Amino acid sequence: MIRSAGALTDQALAGPLADLRTTAPGTLVPHVLIDLGLADAYAPIDSPIGPLYVAFNGLGVVAVEQAADGPSFERAHATRYGRPAYPVTALPRRLATAIRRRLAGDRRARIPLDLRGRTAFERDVWAKAVEIPRGEVRPYGWVAAEIGRPKAVRAVGTALGHNPFPLIVPCHRVVRSDGLIGQYSLGGPANKRTILAAEGLDPDELEALAHAGVRYIGSDTTRIYCLPSCHHARRITDRHRMAFRSVAEGERHGYRACRVCRPGSASAAA
Amino acid sequence: MDEPTLLAALAADLDRAFETLVRARQDRLYSIALRMLGDPSDAEDAAQDAFVRAYRALADWEAQRIRELRLDAWLATIVVNIVRTRARRRSAAGRRESLTFLDELDHPRSVPADTPEGRLTRREASEAWARRVLALPERYRAPVVLRHVDGLAYDEIAGVLGRPQGTVKAQVHRGLALLRAMLEAEGPEDGPAEAPSTPPFAPARRTTDIPIPRLQEVTR
Repeated sequence: MIRSAGALTDQALAGPLADLRTTAPGTLVPHVLIDLGLADAYAPIDSPIGPLYVAFNGLGVVAVEQAADGPSFERAHATRYGRPAYPVTALPRRLATAIRRRLAGDRRARIPLDLRGRTAFERDVWAKAVEIPRGEVRPYGWVAAEIGRPKAVRAVGTALGHNPFPLIVPCHRVVRSDGLIGQYSLGGPANKRTILAAEGLDPDELEALAHAGVRYIGSDTTRIYCLPSCHHARRITDRHRMAFRSVAEGERHGYRACRVCRPGSASAAA
Repeated sequence: MDEPTLLAALAADLDRAFETLVRARQDRLYSIALRMLGDPSDAEDAAQDAFVRAYRALADWEAQRIRELRLDAWLATIVVNIVRTRARRRSAAGRRESLTFLDELDHPRSVPADTPEGRLTRREASEAWARRVLALPERYRAPVVLRHVDGLAYDEIAGVLGRPQGTVKAQVHRGLALLRAMLEAEGPEDGPAEAPSTPPFAPARRTTDIPIPRLQEVTR
């Protein structure tokens, strides 16, 4: 049968055309919400302390957390952020690459962070922590002095304790002002030691120095003193190594402060 | 949720209400994009972009302006403009990296509750119609999709496309006539076997005398 134009009215066409209204794929809503930061996605990454979950959205990384499994991560995340977290098979490629580079010590790897609701002080503290090189540590007081808030040592500790981006923002590289390793928010102090050791630092050696009252290490050839974990200090051979208990002691011996690790910032703080 | 209630909710607390908006309108925006672009991933991308743009616009607006919005025409305007831009640089490597969800999100949310046999014929018929619509020149395709797939009124379509209402009516009419002609040319049994002879948004068709409104002009 040949259909004639007259047989198929506009009205007859309306039905089949209306049937072209279809159902959006189930991924559309989460994609939109994640893009806008109204929901998050998450995927696991490897770390020296085992798998960690990284939550992110279109604005950046939201959190790095330890959890027994995906569902418990989702529950904790929903409670803390009031947003759902959708499991995805992998982080977006660029983000995964940037995180891998940052964890390997590349401080210039750009990792966008979702900093909504964070204070300017917290941002300053976290930005300063990112400047600490892999395999080195700085005291809380150093961070406080470096951000121009030398009296805010305790607040620095709190801001680092609330760091939602552990490892990406290396709060594990900030230690007590007496040189002891101190607390760690991501599963306790043992994890902090494990991560530091994985970065090539010996936490026991560091604490042995602290117990001996050594705060600074100088070189009798350059006559420069450093924080003990500064890579310039660690290059000094035993024969030329000088131990100082205070900045004043170093200055008294005619040493000047290292311009890289700026040990003066550690002593300037209260 | 009816439109005034939804708009009031958006005006009161955008972040809270936005998901409701996306859920309520996702099928419409996706269908417009799919029937104009043809490719499901492109369509999902376009719909996603449209909602993201809508959110950013709403975030800048005062409550009063949100409450007075003609929601469906506004959303259609956004998605149509994205579809046009996308079509223009179709092959350009601009597609975002999409996330692969672990859950069943990747699958369509519903399948028609039909007999397997009936479902198949209906889907085939539907695919044939989708191909015919895609074969329409752009200036007819957009009005036909907005009128008959999405169901917007003529005055709304005129606003969406930035064309006089009379022009839009004529274009819908002409579009339907072209569809009828395609159907007749196909013959009784075999249906449209080939891909559309006119690729969507063929460059030759783009030289149109009808000004294409830019997003800012329409949404401002």
